[in-house]
Parts: sequence; C-alpha cells; structure tokens
Amino acid sequence: MNDAPPWRGPLLLVIGVTAVWQVLYLLVGEIALRSPAETVASLAGLLADPRFWPHLRETTLAFGFALLLAAASGLLIGITLGVNRFARDVAEPMLVAIYSIPKVTLYPILLLAFGLGISAKVAFGAIHGFIPIALFTMNAVRTIRPVLIKTGRIMKLSPPALMWRILLPAALPEIFTGLRIGFSLTLIGTLLGEMFASQRGLGFMLMNAIGLHHVDIIMSITLLVTVFAVTVSLLLIHLDRKLPR
Amino acid sequence: MHGPGRQGETHVRLEGVTKVFRGLGRGRPDVHALGPIDLDLAKGEFFAVVGPSGCGKSTLLEVLAGLATVTEGTATFEGRPIKGEVPDGVGVVFQEDACFPWLTVAENIGFGLRETSLPAGEVEARVRRAVATMGLDGFAGAYPSQLSGGMRQRVCIARTLVLQPRLILLDEPFGALDQQTRLLMGEELLKLWRETGATVFLITHALDEAAMLADRIGVMSARPGRLLEIIETGWPADRDSRIIEESAFGAITAKLWRHLRAESLKVLGKGTDAA
Repeated sequence: MNDAPPWRGPLLLVIGVTAVWQVLYLLVGEIALRSPAETVASLAGLLADPRFWPHLRETTLAFGFALLLAAASGLLIGITLGVNRFARDVAEPMLVAIYSIPKVTLYPILLLAFGLGISAKVAFGAIHGFIPIALFTMNAVRTIRPVLIKTGRIMKLSPPALMWRILLPAALPEIFTGLRIGFSLTLIGTLLGEMFASQRGLGFMLMNAIGLHHVDIIMSITLLVTVFAVTVSLLLIHLDRKLPR
Repeated sequence: MHGPGRQGETHVRLEGVTKVFRGLGRGRPDVHALGPIDLDLAKGEFFAVVGPSGCGKSTLLEVLAGLATVTEGTATFEGRPIKGEVPDGVGVVFQEDACFPWLTVAENIGFGLRETSLPAGEVEARVRRAVATMGLDGFAGAYPSQLSGGMRQRVCIARTLVLQPRLILLDEPFGALDQQTRLLMGEELLKLWRETGATVFLITHALDEAAMLADRIGVMSARPGRLLEIIETGWPADRDSRIIEESAFGAITAKLWRHLRAESLKVLGKGTDAA
C-alpha cells in the first residue's frame, strides 16, 4: 500500500470534490451554482479576457506583500520572544488576546489609516497572518532542546552562528507549520480586505458579481482561488513532511 | 603499563569550588548545590564521579566545561582559570541525544570542525576517520532519526573527539543505553582514551561503569555535593570490559555502594537509620 504514487491522494481529492460539486449542482440548479465543466469553461474565458488581468495582478501583488510582511514580522517577533523569557511573559498574553479580536472590526480603522488603495489590503492581510507565524515561531524557539544550544556553546559558536546554525534549523519544522497557517490566513485577510472596500482585485470582482448575481464569475473566481490555495498548501505540507525532525 | 593513566602533571585543579543557586523571587531560598570541592586531575587520567541523584554532579561538569560559573573557589584547566567560558581543548558529551536532527552523520561529526580554521580537506579526512573508528561506516549520509540510540551517542562522541580535546567531559553518556551496549561502548571509550591520551572526567550513576572505566572514582555526598572519598581502582591502562570478572571489581563496586547507600537514603528522606 505504501507504493502508491504521491499524486494519488490529491487526485482522489479532486475527483471526490468534483463529484460532490456535480451532485450539488444537480440538486440546487442554475440559480446558485454552475457545474464543474461550465465553471472551468467560464474560468478559461475569464483568463482570456484582458480586463481580468489587472484584478489578478492587484490581488497577487497585495497578497505577496502581505505575506512577506506577515512572515518577516512574525519571524522577527517570534524569535525575539522565543529567546527572551521576560519579553515572552509580557507579550504572549497580548498577542493571544489580539488574535482573538475579530479582525474585520479593525478594517474601518485600517481604511482610515491607509485609504482605499493596495496598502489597506496589504495591512489587513498581514495582520491576519503575522500573529500565528509569531506564536508558532516563539514556541518553536522556546522548545528547542537545551542540549543543542549547550553543544553550540561548547563548539564556541558566536551568537549569530548559534542563531543560524542551531536555533533556526532546530526550530524550522515548527516555524514552517506556522508559515503554512500564516499563508492561508493572509490569503483570507487579503481577499476579505478587497471584498469590503476596494476598487480592484479578485475580492472586489467577487463582491460585484454577488451584487449583480453573476454566478459564472463567482464560481470561476472561487475555483481559481481554491486551486491556488490548495496547490500551495499541498506543496507546503509536502515540504513540511520532508524536513528532518 | 603503557598508554595514558596518571602522568603526574596536574591538568585540572578545583580549589574550594562552591556553587549556590540564588533563589529567584520573593521567599525562595538559595540552593547550595555543590561544594566546597578540592580535586586535582592528573594529565591523561580517567576520573569518574558517582553520587546520589541531585548531588550536583552535572553542575560540577558544567563548571569544568565553562557552562556555569562558581560562586566561590577556583577551577583551572592547564593552569588557566575557567570563568564561565568554554576553555580551548575541552570537549563534552551529554547524556541526552545531542545530534542535530537536520544534519547527516558526517555533517554532525564535522559540525565543530567547520567552525575552526582547518582546511576543508583536513576536515573531511578527520570526519572519514571518525566515521570508521566509531563503526559508523555506511551511515555517513544517514540522518540521526535513522539510527539507534547507541549509534546516535557514538556520533556525539565522534563529534567531540574529532576536535581532539585534551579534556573530555562525559555526563552519563551511556545512561540511555541497555547494559550490553553500555559495556561495549565503555570498551570503545577506553580504546579511544588510550589512543588520544586525553584526560577524561566521567559522570555516571552506574557503579559498575565507574568501577570498570576509571583510574580513580570520586564518591559524592547528597546535596550540597562534596567529595566523600576517592577510590583508586588500580586497573592497567589496557583494560576492557572483561575486568568485571576480577574479584577486585566486585570489591570496588561494593565499596562504592557502601558509601552511596547512606547518601541515597538521605536523598530519599529516610536517613541512615533505615539501614
């Protein structure tokens, strides 16, 4: 059974989801859904339309910046709190408390601060992703086995070398899990930002399509985002499992 | 008798070494963990320390390794004081698995060497020799998770030995291994000790291990750990695990236990009357 090719699981998943989708479509009908075949055709049409690409570019850019910001700040804060017990005791309850705030309630404040442009979306995406990345990184650094750090000291590693050669590689598997979760949440944040107040992007298109009841566009964009998120997530899970622990 | 063994010259000196951990926070008392301890280790000597749990054995090793500072007294290695910084020429093997899981066996063994100014060719040659010496042939490219506990500990020993330390500190290095593996690893350790001529300071909870491996054995009291007695084993340098058949081996182990029984009962809160 272990000889199954690595693509068998994802393939079965795709077949299963498509089958459920087709059944739902047959039950619900044209009013709320399109069939898998129609959606794929509609997405192909959307991709061929030059008016679609600025929206895709806007979302990609906003998401890329948001993820970069979330990862950089999350890693920096996580490592700082991981190595400094006092800072961790002070900041951890605050981070957990902030994480539990429904972030959508902060969006009006972000809009006032950043305006309707790309910056508000980037900030909204980043605040979704950075806290889990920071918490996972902090935990990863905090739980590194002391004997590994002692070994580094015995080998006379300088503090930067200790960081690069021992702390980071030892914490990497858990940091990677945080990045994986941060990726999904940043994507959600960016799209939500576009849906509530924006003039471009996939979230904006989705909101417009909902208002105009363009089921084709709703389904096409949903499929596109789902394929992107699932593909990247599967890739990250695959890499995560390959890391030696 | 050839090979190492005590060569007269003092290599490590402990004078009045005391360690007190200050109580952190209100109402928490200070903990007097160790000392005062006076001890001289001769160059090339194999010295073992036994003592009840929590008597400060590992703290003593950390003082020698420069990982902990003394509260009072002085510790010197090759005439230079050890002041909370790892001295040159000191290697440590811990009880816990200290292999880096993200590196292969060869990368683990060469880890410390790559921090030195040795040319890459020399690093590779030393790693290759260490892999062969420690019986890890065929596993150079394996990750620690693919090895048994004994093999992982051999990787850690090799990683220390390739640096050619003049003082090797071992903190219960075979504690997690089964009895047969421990005896065989002990033999390997004796062989490496003879080859390198290094001074070895071994902490162990296994009396038979101390009795088999060491030239001298220090028996520590319950906390605060002090040296109650130092027992000379009188073994030849070219010994191996077969000395456990000698009648003297039983006598040494019994003597160690006589001292330790009372101290271990103190740790358990039963006093010496329970004897």
